[in-house]
Amino acid sequence: MNAGAMNTVRMMDAEPVADRTQPLLKVRGLGKLYGPETGCQDVSFDLYPGEVLGIVGESGSGKSTLLSLLSGRCPPDSGVIDYRRKEDDWLDLYSASEAQRRTLLRTEWGFVEQNPRDGLRMAVSAGANIGERLMAQGMRNYQQLRAVGLDWLSQVEIDSARIDDLPRTFSGGMQQRLQIARNLVSGPRLVFMDEPTGGLDVSVQARLLDLMRGLVRELDLAVVIVTHDLAVARLLADRLMVMRRSRVVETGLTDQILDDPQHPYSQLLVSSVLQP
Amino acid sequence: MNAAMQPRSQPRASRDEAYNFAYLDEKTKRMIRRGLLKAVAIPGYQVPFGGREMPLPYGWGTGGMQLTAAILGAEDVLKVIDQGADDTTNAVSIRRFFARTAGVETTERTPEATIIQTRHRIPETALHADQIMVFQVPIPEPLRFIEPSETETRTMHALNDYGVMHVKLYEDIATFGHIATAYAYPVTVDERYVMDPSPIPKFDNPKLDMSPALMLFGAGREKRLYAVPPFTRVTSLDFEDHPFEVQKWDHHCAICGSHESFLDELILDDQGTQSFVCSDTDYCAQRVNEGRAEP
Repeated sequence: MNAGAMNTVRMMDAEPVADRTQPLLKVRGLGKLYGPETGCQDVSFDLYPGEVLGIVGESGSGKSTLLSLLSGRCPPDSGVIDYRRKEDDWLDLYSASEAQRRTLLRTEWGFVEQNPRDGLRMAVSAGANIGERLMAQGMRNYQQLRAVGLDWLSQVEIDSARIDDLPRTFSGGMQQRLQIARNLVSGPRLVFMDEPTGGLDVSVQARLLDLMRGLVRELDLAVVIVTHDLAVARLLADRLMVMRRSRVVETGLTDQILDDPQHPYSQLLVSSVLQP
Repeated sequence: MNAAMQPRSQPRASRDEAYNFAYLDEKTKRMIRRGLLKAVAIPGYQVPFGGREMPLPYGWGTGGMQLTAAILGAEDVLKVIDQGADDTTNAVSIRRFFARTAGVETTERTPEATIIQTRHRIPETALHADQIMVFQVPIPEPLRFIEPSETETRTMHALNDYGVMHVKLYEDIATFGHIATAYAYPVTVDERYVMDPSPIPKFDNPKLDMSPALMLFGAGREKRLYAVPPFTRVTSLDFEDHPFEVQKWDHHCAICGSHESFLDELILDDQGTQSFVCSDTDYCAQRVNEGRAEP
């Protein structure tokens, strides 16, 4: 390695340090109500680079509404979301143009759906699913797309011989891993996940969680993950937000909330987990 | 030699006065012409129009016929092609329709026509600046195969969000080893809109690029029209390592001996004896008449 390359490496090392002191996402007073206490309201938080934020709460508490507001899919009634882009400038998500929002969603962001059928293109092969974001960004070399596809399949522990198979021939766990690969291929900085382990059996869940934990640490991803499964939250999340009836009732470090819940609802939630 | 080899003289028919000139009423024709002006102003952009019922079913060229009706003048000379041929059912009936309702002169000769309505082919004979091609389009939306929602495809066009177009080509290469899309091969018009030139074979795609003739496309069922103005850049989508290529044949035309034209395969008997002939009957007949046939 020559001196120039060494220099670049050092700069790349130095950058994230300055980077990390500033939040990636700033959310203030966010709300969208479908009826009284249905939807979400008064949500404010900062998300830092590389941080995993878990949103837990009972069904109908507004977790998924909050996630679709955050990910630019549904305009809020009130509140602001500011995102710090790679160029280090702040973008107000909902005053930006739709073109900017879409570009963001397929480059710097990812969205992992609960049901992989919603997040994958079921009619095209696994390789095409992985390559789609790169093609949208202008990659026009088939061999390169192929190489990236194979690389990502191995990263998510899918046999590379399956690259030309349709996702419909994959098991549920494999589909979910393929969906993750499809999102991570563009090197996003922020990934939204909506119950990524829902609908999978326990052993597959464990393997998927293990894989996700590895990828999140390795790629230094910031993640907002919605789950009703406290075990998933404990394993992945650094910080938790507990929601109930459209409001955030408690926030704090994951261990703090799970081991010493303060709000009566959090206490109920934690105590309701079956102990084996 | 079959009857198609001798281009029949097509005497000017007398117009049936029971119909308005070219069947459609004047307000409808004006509405379509307004749409056409917009389509020419924004090359490749799909303009909605109030499609009318035509006296033949959807899928038989109702979109193309409405466009032809809107631009037809009494002095125009009309040629109609179906699968390259002038003498197939669709071509004959549409030609007869306009001969009767508009009383215009019709022809089978490409250079003599001022308006050429076509299904599937662009003539092999080079077009010139005074000609207008009218295409009959079944599905105008190139993104439809991957995105069923109309609102979504319109947004994708508006935002120049065409990543998915290459997903289809990728699938072709992954499955067949080469881009196997042979017709309705997507193109980018004037470096902006992705357009479906359907249903022409990709063999004809290069003829769209910088063509001196105006190209109009009409989809009757979907009620959309679009255009490629003369001398507009039209590029076919491809990959760097799998560039766009047109079909090639090892054979030559059994009638005129052409090596350059688009060939149709004919099966002659139960033993599977093949024969290849030009799909463009006028081109083939002209070569025979000029004595260039080399069977």
